[in-house]
Amino acid sequence: MFSRAYKAAVTVPPLLWVTVFLLLPYLLMFCYSFWSVSPLQTILHTWTHANYDKLVTTPVYWQTLLRSMWIALRVTLFSLVLGYPLAYFLSFYAGTRKDLFYQLVIIPLWVSYLVRAYAWKTILGSDGVLNTLLQYVHLTQQPLEFLLYSPFAVVLTLTHIYTPFTFLPIYASLEHIPRNLVEASHDLGASPIQTFWRVIFPLSIPGVLAGATFAFVLSLGDFLAPQLLGGPSGIMISNIVVTLFGAAYDWPLGAAISFCMLVLVVGLLFVSERLEKRWSFS
Amino acid sequence: MSTSTTPAELNVRPAVSSPLLDIRNVAKRFGNNVVLRDISLQVAQGEFLTILGESGSGKTTLLRIIAGFESATSGELWIGGKRLDQLPPYRRPVNTVFQHYALFPHLTVEQNVGYGLQVSKLPAAEVSTRVEQALARVKMTAHAKSKPSKISGGQQQRVALARALVNHPQLLLLDEPLSALDANLRRQMQVELKSLQREVGISFVFVTHDQEEAMVMSDRIALLRMGQLEQVATPREIYDRPATTYTAQFIGHTNLLRGEVRGGIVRCNSLSWKTELPDGLVSFSLRPEKVRPAGSATTTGAVRLRGKVRHQAFHGATELLQIECGDGLTFFVRTTNRGDWRGDEEFEFLPAAAVPVRESAERN
Repeated sequence: MFSRAYKAAVTVPPLLWVTVFLLLPYLLMFCYSFWSVSPLQTILHTWTHANYDKLVTTPVYWQTLLRSMWIALRVTLFSLVLGYPLAYFLSFYAGTRKDLFYQLVIIPLWVSYLVRAYAWKTILGSDGVLNTLLQYVHLTQQPLEFLLYSPFAVVLTLTHIYTPFTFLPIYASLEHIPRNLVEASHDLGASPIQTFWRVIFPLSIPGVLAGATFAFVLSLGDFLAPQLLGGPSGIMISNIVVTLFGAAYDWPLGAAISFCMLVLVVGLLFVSERLEKRWSFS
Repeated sequence: MSTSTTPAELNVRPAVSSPLLDIRNVAKRFGNNVVLRDISLQVAQGEFLTILGESGSGKTTLLRIIAGFESATSGELWIGGKRLDQLPPYRRPVNTVFQHYALFPHLTVEQNVGYGLQVSKLPAAEVSTRVEQALARVKMTAHAKSKPSKISGGQQQRVALARALVNHPQLLLLDEPLSALDANLRRQMQVELKSLQREVGISFVFVTHDQEEAMVMSDRIALLRMGQLEQVATPREIYDRPATTYTAQFIGHTNLLRGEVRGGIVRCNSLSWKTELPDGLVSFSLRPEKVRPAGSATTTGAVRLRGKVRHQAFHGATELLQIECGDGLTFFVRTTNRGDWRGDEEFEFLPAAAVPVRESAERN
């Protein structure tokens, strides 16, 4: 069909790109994770698994990893709880205003992440919009301290930021459901609620899985929201990585943590893709 | 508008005094677009009624109004003496076979068929017995555990049928269910569907644009044109005695003759024959098979015409000839005589074969 030269011209540049900018850096990171730092702050290129030992034996690392996963899990659940009904409403009931609503969901993605994180800081702070309001209406006497610099603030902010990412694949999968299936279900005597649980929801599972994966993976690796709004109790694993590569100057340990995260995320993507395939019927 | 005649002619079970489905003055508008105007139509118990029409005639809309997916702008629907049009689709005692079957892709054949019974919360044992029976009836037992994507179009068709019939609906609606099948399978399914309908005795309302399919399967045909019923009658009647020029042309081939009656004589160009019709302009439908090559002796009372064979189409059992008479008239003649039709030939038809038809309303 196509000449050998054409095939090469099409496939080689992307392959090269992936190799140079993705695979090689990963390989480098993998190597780093088995090296160590000398007392004189130089990288010793001798192979050791001391970094991985340290990960297992030092509670702060795996505890922070668990906390990060717990935060990411909550973000995922909340984004699904917010994103699914929104996508469902848009897909089935928005009628001619569908495009407008769709744009309204998308527009926040155009606003810088930092702006949105800072906005929450202004809202949640002890002199913030929310606390001022609560005191003004005499619901509280003192500002609520748990609002800012807490895991709560991180979950809230990340949910706000990543809900559009769960919304989009769910919306796409709902849009792909042939409407005559919904009619067929009604025709066979299923009420709207029965139709939702027996037809619409099962057929939207690939979208839900994709959306959940986005929310989980993106928030698991997030370091800005915990840094800005997390306080000491809201630290996440990526903040530790940032410190290790920066002030602490322990690249090998940072690389070991990063590599663990990479394995975790790739494993998750793999499982999620398998599940999505199992639930797609087009 | 002529409707059905005697049961003997209808070739159906004796008609019940009150119809099963009663469509009363139904109209439908989408904005300024009038899709259906003042449709009144009855379907008898156990009847196979076909709604026939071109695309855009409103036939699918009418079916969707019966199923409950659209609501009529005005008019009423009654089924078995109960008001139908105020019920949501999931409370109506009707089931639909959709154009593209609309089988649930995430459920097996068995689960698809059992869907209606399950949502109505029947005991599991009864569900499985009825599903089994329904699958056996459409010969799909072997594929009970397959997903719809793994079976052929004809098989999907059967599953869709079983899924609808298993609920024992009072009325089954079919929206061009055969249009996606290839010609051979389609003819086979026409026969199967018809005999299945006789077997279960459920009234069918079948929508199609294919007049041949309508003729083969129906007890009665309701011909819809631009949102209005053109004629409702048995296939035989609609073919032999079309009410309007549109009906005559849409169902089968025909020759339309336009002329004038004066003093008991019809004149169409150079042709003329005796009639009992009152004076005035008149149109006739003359089926091509009613025109025969004339022998040496004239049949008594036959009208003779002479013309050149312009075109000859071989259809297997018959041939369709296009005859051009000198006075601008063109005739189609269907004949079983094969031969070399060249030059001038003589043909004849009996005046009774020319059926007077009303002129259909002009298109917009």
